[in-house]
Amino acid sequence: MSVDLGMPVTAPRGVGHLRGEESFPVAARRALADPQLRRNIGKATGTIRDKRLRVVGEVPDWEQLRTAGKAVKADVLARLPELLEQLEQAFTAAGGQVHWARDANDANRIVTELVQATGADEVVKVKSMATQEIGLNEALEAAGIAAWETDLAELIVQLGHDRPSHILVPAIHRNRAEIREIFLREMGAVGRAPDPDLTDEPARLANAARLHLREKFLAARVAVSGANFAVAETGTLSVVESEGNGRMCLTLPQTLITVMGVEKLVPTWRDLEVFLQLLPRSSTGERMNPYTSMWTGVTPGDGPQEVHLVLLDNGRTAALADEIGREALQCIKCSACMNVCPVYERTGGHAYGSVYPGPIGAVLSPYLTGVQDNASLPYASSLCGACLEACPVKIDLPSMLVELRHRHVEADRDEHALPTAERVAMAAASWVMADPARYAAAQRGSRVGRLLARRGRIGRLPWPLSGWTSARDAPAPPAETFRAFWARTRGPGS
Amino acid sequence: MRIALFATCLADTLFPDVAKATVTLLERLGHEVAFPAGQTCCGQMHVNTGYQREAAPLVERYVEVFAPYDAVVAPSGSCTGCVRHQHAQVAQRYGPPGLAEQARAVAARTYELSELLVDVLGVEDVGAAYPHRVTYHPTCHSLRLLEVGDRPLRLLRHVKGLELVELPDAEQCCGFGGTFALKNADTSTAMLADKMRHVLSTRAEVCTAGDASCLMHLGGGLSRLRTGVRTVHLAEILASTQEQR
Repeated sequence: MSVDLGMPVTAPRGVGHLRGEESFPVAARRALADPQLRRNIGKATGTIRDKRLRVVGEVPDWEQLRTAGKAVKADVLARLPELLEQLEQAFTAAGGQVHWARDANDANRIVTELVQATGADEVVKVKSMATQEIGLNEALEAAGIAAWETDLAELIVQLGHDRPSHILVPAIHRNRAEIREIFLREMGAVGRAPDPDLTDEPARLANAARLHLREKFLAARVAVSGANFAVAETGTLSVVESEGNGRMCLTLPQTLITVMGVEKLVPTWRDLEVFLQLLPRSSTGERMNPYTSMWTGVTPGDGPQEVHLVLLDNGRTAALADEIGREALQCIKCSACMNVCPVYERTGGHAYGSVYPGPIGAVLSPYLTGVQDNASLPYASSLCGACLEACPVKIDLPSMLVELRHRHVEADRDEHALPTAERVAMAAASWVMADPARYAAAQRGSRVGRLLARRGRIGRLPWPLSGWTSARDAPAPPAETFRAFWARTRGPGS
Repeated sequence: MRIALFATCLADTLFPDVAKATVTLLERLGHEVAFPAGQTCCGQMHVNTGYQREAAPLVERYVEVFAPYDAVVAPSGSCTGCVRHQHAQVAQRYGPPGLAEQARAVAARTYELSELLVDVLGVEDVGAAYPHRVTYHPTCHSLRLLEVGDRPLRLLRHVKGLELVELPDAEQCCGFGGTFALKNADTSTAMLADKMRHVLSTRAEVCTAGDASCLMHLGGGLSRLRTGVRTVHLAEILASTQEQR
C-alpha cells in the first residue's frame, strides 16, 4: 500500500509560522540548557495543570461533555462545505462580508487590502492563533501598517521582538522580572512609556500595559481578531478571552476584520453550551470564561459598522481530506495538551518551530504543511498519553503521532531509494525477528556486548546508542537468555 | 489454566530474570505455563518509529504463535498495549487478508501481568515476601493505554515485609519512549532527571514497575549516578518468597 500524502495548499516556507528553522532535537537541546526558561515553564505549566485538574474534577458529567464536544466537532467536519456556506449566508445577511483565503498569502493580502481601503495605518489586534500562523503582522508591516497586539502576553512577546511559545499563554517563557525589563526598554518607542520606577509587581506591570494599550484602543479605527467559534446557523462570531482587551478591540473601532480557520465552526447556537464549559476549564482552569464576546454582523450605531470574515484554509482541507488527519481539526485550541506534556514542559514552545507547539502542534503542523516539512515534530513525544487524557475533545494525539511517523517513513521510502541507516537497521531487525532461529542467533551475537561491560553495566555504546549512554548505563547482556534457559531446563519449545 | 508466556524480546534477551520470575510466580499459583519457542517480538519499536511495514511480519508471527492459547501474559504494559492497540491496524494495512481479525482475537486474550493476576486469576495476595522499602512507578502505557489502575499497587500491598512508599508525580513519564530516548536524547534525559529526583526523594531502596524497558531507562540513570537505588520488575518482587531469603 502506498500512502497518498496529498499536498496541502499552504503558503511556502518563509510565509507565516508553521515551520521552524531547525529540527526539534536541535532546538530542544538549546532550550533544555536554559535554566531560567526551564524554571519559568515548569512553574507555569505545573500551576495550570493543578488548577485544571481541580476544576475539571468538579464537573460530574465531564466525560459526557468531552464525548459531546467530540461528536459536535466530528459532525462539523463531516458537513464542513455545507456549514461554511450556511455561515457565509447568515454572516452576509447580518451585514458582514465574507472572504475566502486559500493560504497565508491570500489571507494576508485580503486583510492588508481591507485595512488600506479604510485609509488607516495601524490596527489593534485581539490575540489570535490564525493571524500568528499566517504571519499577518509581518505582512502588514511590509505594507506600512502597524499592528498592535493588545493581549497582555502577546504585547510582551511583540515588545520583546520574540515569538509566542504557547497558544494560550504566549509569554509563558518569561517571568515578571524579564517583563519589567522589556516594558522599560521597549514600550516608550511605540507608545506610552511606563513609569521609570516600574517594579516587577504584577499589578504595576498590568497597569503599565493598561495605560499603554488604552491609547491604542482609543486611537484605532480598525481591529483584527481571530475567532474561537462561528455559529453557522446565526452567522455569529465569538471570541473567548480573559482580559477584556479583546472586547475593547471588538467594540471600539469602526472596522473589524476576523481571520478564522475554516474548522472553527459549530452548527447551532446551542452547541456553544458544550464548548463554553469545556474550553475555560481545560485552558485556564477557570469555571467560566471572563469575557465572552459574540457579534452577529453589524448593529447600526453600535460597535463596528464594517465587519469582515476571512475564512482561512492554509492546509486545512488537505487535513480534512485525510481520514486520520481530520481529527486534528477538532482541536479547540485550549492548550491542555501542552500543559500536561512532559516534553513541552521541559523544552517550551519555541523548540517546535511552529506557532502550534506541544502535542497538538506536533500533529497539526505536519498535517497543515505536509509531514516532510515538519518531519521532526511527530517524534517529539515519548507517547506517554497524558495529552489524550487531558484533551477536552478526546483527540487521540498519541495514535496520530504514531501515524505521522509512519507517513514520514513511507514518504522517505518513496523519495529516497538509498535507505537511511535507520531504515536499514529497522529492516534488519524485522528480518531477524520474523524468524526464531535468526532471532536466537542474534541473541547469541549480542552477548559480545558482555565484553563492554564492567560490573554488569555498560557505560559507553557507539552511535546510534551513544545518545543512551550519554546519561544512562546500559545493562550488560546476561550469560544466558530466557530462551536458552528454558531450552536447557525444560526442553525445546512447549 | 494453561497460560502462554510472551517473554517480550527485551526481557528474553536482556532481562531473563523478569521472564523467569513470571513463570515462577504463575507456577506457584498452580498454573501451567508454556513458552512457545516460535515467539520473538511484538513489533512495538517498529510501529512507534514509523516502520509499520516492517512490523507486519512480527504481528503475523505473534498471532500464529499465540493463537492456540486461552491466555497470553506479558510482563510488560507497553508490549501488551502494542498487541492490543496497534496489531490489528498494522495487520489491516500490511498483513495478509484475515490477519487483522485474528490479531484482534489474540489481543483480546493477551494480558499484562497485573491484569492477568487480578482480573483473570482473581488473586491479589500471591504469597510473596520482599522485606524492602519500595516505590512504584506506573508506566505510561500500563496506566493510560491499558488502564491497569491500582492493580499493581494492590498486589504490592499484599507482599509480606514490603514497605510501599508513594512516588511523587508518579504519573509523569520517565522519558524512555522507545527510540524517543535516542532521537530526543536530551529531552529524554531531562525527563529522567526529574523522575530520578522523585525516586530518590522517597528514600526507597527499590523502584519497581511493570515494564522492563522503563526500568532499564530509569535503572540506567540511577546506576550512572551511583545512587545505590535498584530497579526491580514487579514480577520479580511478586515471585520472591520467605524461603528464598
